[in-house]
Amino acid sequence: MNLAAQAHGFLSPTGVEIAFVLVGIATLGAALVTVTTRQLVHAALWLVVALGGLAVEYLLLTAEFIAWVQVLIYVGSVVVLLLFGLMLTKAPIGRSPDADSGNRPVALAVAVAAAAALVWVVVDAFRTTWIDLDGPAQGSTSVTGEFLFQHWVLPFEALSVLLLAALVGAIVLSRKKKEDEN
Amino acid sequence: MHLAYPAVLAALLFAVGLYGVLARRNAILVLMSVELMLNAVNLNLVAFDVWLRDTLHAGQALTLFTIAVAAAEIGIGLAIVLMVHRNRGTSDVDRLRDTKEQPSAEEKAEAAA
Repeated sequence: MNLAAQAHGFLSPTGVEIAFVLVGIATLGAALVTVTTRQLVHAALWLVVALGGLAVEYLLLTAEFIAWVQVLIYVGSVVVLLLFGLMLTKAPIGRSPDADSGNRPVALAVAVAAAAALVWVVVDAFRTTWIDLDGPAQGSTSVTGEFLFQHWVLPFEALSVLLLAALVGAIVLSRKKKEDEN
Repeated sequence: MHLAYPAVLAALLFAVGLYGVLARRNAILVLMSVELMLNAVNLNLVAFDVWLRDTLHAGQALTLFTIAVAAAEIGIGLAIVLMVHRNRGTSDVDRLRDTKEQPSAEEKAEAAA
């Protein structure tokens, strides 16, 4: 598990690593377009590419169940909700020149500083760490079902209560008030 | 696979999301950037779980819980944004300045002096 870099050099990547880096570049590019494009609907559609790329990365890390949950929940419902939100708030179709606020240079500086610090620390700490992807998949549906319903039942149930509360809250918030109530 | 690849990708995605949260004006685009940051954290959780071969699979369980919490968050967040848009006619976060601290009379006098 903790093999040194000599055994697995950076200059002799495995096929999984090549695929991971290629998909990672696509994901990162889609994420960059999402936060920089001036067309609001295009941002939501590029978010689909970024989230789908992350689902492929989960598959490459042998976490199959999470990959499909990612496709179902994020690509399937969250992006659709965001598109509905854009339509209901009458977001401008086409280029909107004021998509970015005035503190854009500050945001860029903060993001670059955060990226530099995080990448430096992470590379320094995990330069020689090797993930062993051989053997049975660690996130297949049967494995996920076993650990989720053997060890994580109580958090799972608490989470369903939270989801119910969020559902009720969203309905209450978006319900139109009657005139006589005011 | 080297652990550095997923870790670096997660760090970069997090930074991209951070830029989006700080720079975007429309509240729904801010929510999209928050989703990017949450996904970066999920990638880290999955990568470290696969590396550590945890018997409880805490990382993957926490990833599933994060996805569910993110779904709840986006529902509530969009309801709030819709309500703000209905009441104010805008969903730009930098036009909602009602709770901004107003300079008091003494500070105004000091600034004038």
